[in-house]
Amino acid sequence: MSLMQAAKSMLLLEFIRGHLLTFRYMFRPKSTLNYPYEKGPISPRFRGEHALRRYPNGEERCIACKLCEAVCPALAITIEAEPRADGSRRTTRYDIDMTKCIYCGLCQEACPVDAIVEGPNFEFATESREELMYDKDKLLANGERWERAIAANLAADAPYR
Amino acid sequence: MTAFFQGWLGEGFGWFVAHIILILLIALPVMLIMALSTWMDRKVWAAMQMRRGPNVVGPVGILQPFADGLKLFLKETIVPSGASKGVFFIAPMITFVLALVAWSVIPFDAGWVLADINVGLLFIFAVSSLGVYGIVMSGWASNSKYPFLGGLRSAAQMVSYEVSIGLVIITVVLYASSFNLTDIVESQRGNMFGFLNGHIFNPLLFPMAIVFLISALAETNRPPFDLPEAEAELVAGYQVEYSSMTFALFFLGEYMNILLMCALASILFLGGYLPPFDWEPLYMVPGIVWLFLKIIFMFFIFAWVKATVPRYRYDQLMRLGWKIFLPLSLFWVALVSGWLVFSGHYSGGPA
Repeated sequence: MSLMQAAKSMLLLEFIRGHLLTFRYMFRPKSTLNYPYEKGPISPRFRGEHALRRYPNGEERCIACKLCEAVCPALAITIEAEPRADGSRRTTRYDIDMTKCIYCGLCQEACPVDAIVEGPNFEFATESREELMYDKDKLLANGERWERAIAANLAADAPYR
Repeated sequence: MTAFFQGWLGEGFGWFVAHIILILLIALPVMLIMALSTWMDRKVWAAMQMRRGPNVVGPVGILQPFADGLKLFLKETIVPSGASKGVFFIAPMITFVLALVAWSVIPFDAGWVLADINVGLLFIFAVSSLGVYGIVMSGWASNSKYPFLGGLRSAAQMVSYEVSIGLVIITVVLYASSFNLTDIVESQRGNMFGFLNGHIFNPLLFPMAIVFLISALAETNRPPFDLPEAEAELVAGYQVEYSSMTFALFFLGEYMNILLMCALASILFLGGYLPPFDWEPLYMVPGIVWLFLKIIFMFFIFAWVKATVPRYRYDQLMRLGWKIFLPLSLFWVALVSGWLVFSGHYSGGPA
């Protein structure tokens, strides 16, 4: 080790330079989001929490064709269907096990009437496992709650599919 | 205050009540400052990494340590089945109590000291040396490999760096001609050019201040010397098996030791409760505020170092302690005492 090097290491020059660098960084703007109050942008194709949609007249879109149930690779969807009093075919049960779901979006792509969609919501953590077994009521409620965002996203993405 | 309680409750019991109150007056604010220092540590660390740090609980996240404390308090205490139960529970208590005990000799202002003993510095040194027992005991009593390795490392590391801390303290004591912390602070009044308060402004003692700072980092197991709890290799070292309040006591003790080292650095080198300049208007600010500011400043340096440097390898740590700091501080003791004799520092003093 040369004398210069020894002097350098004894005077802690590199340490001081490093510390000055971190001191300057302390006043830089933060590069993280202030998450619960500030969220990152989401693509219209974002695949979040599921929702069952209705037509503008209030009739539910789902016709119980069970294509989503068939295509679901995780076997998360369970559908039971019966003809209704007016003769139209509707689901009596539409369950999604959100703990099984892999959020691949195939149900959404298989659906011929845009009934089952994956909305933009990704904050649906629950305190118990049971709450993640979504039934038809929950999915329809999601549809009502997120309809505007979902419709806007579908419209934005429509030219590309 | 002691006289007031003695006149009211009698000689012995009055003394007892007065001292209990004085102890609480020191311990509670120290614990409060310790809680805030964990918050400050995380904030500084986050800011230097361009993050935000805790910012949700309370204004700018200042209540985060209390939320963390409450969370720890409500958790279950888990004892490993192979643990030696008695030692397992005594270890965090030792760490915590010893970290608190040393504050009894810290002068917060002129005359504001619980135990004005003439060997205050030796007392602090002894207590902080005992602190290693808490860690070694926890490492052994956990009966688990990571705590064991962490305890071994910590013991070796603290013993190594205490040697150089001891020699650094001697250089300061040579200047102050006293082990009493109040005397040491008073010896720094206008000690450089008649207007700078603090041994750090003394060119002969400045290198020792740096050595003290680095040794204090090693002594309190702070980065870059946090090998005992190196999370990448030892998970959390001696704290692995601890949960709930036992962990909280370790955590409190650790930060209180850091604050104690900050206070010690302020008293030995930054002039304790004296303002940095021997200028009359600055004495309008109470001494305790100056000491508080100096402790916070030192703690900021601790947090700053944590955010900047990577962890040492164990052999590098030992090399630094034994092959660089020990000879350097030993040489400096000879240098300082030589200079003091040469310059006639002791001509009229109580040498």
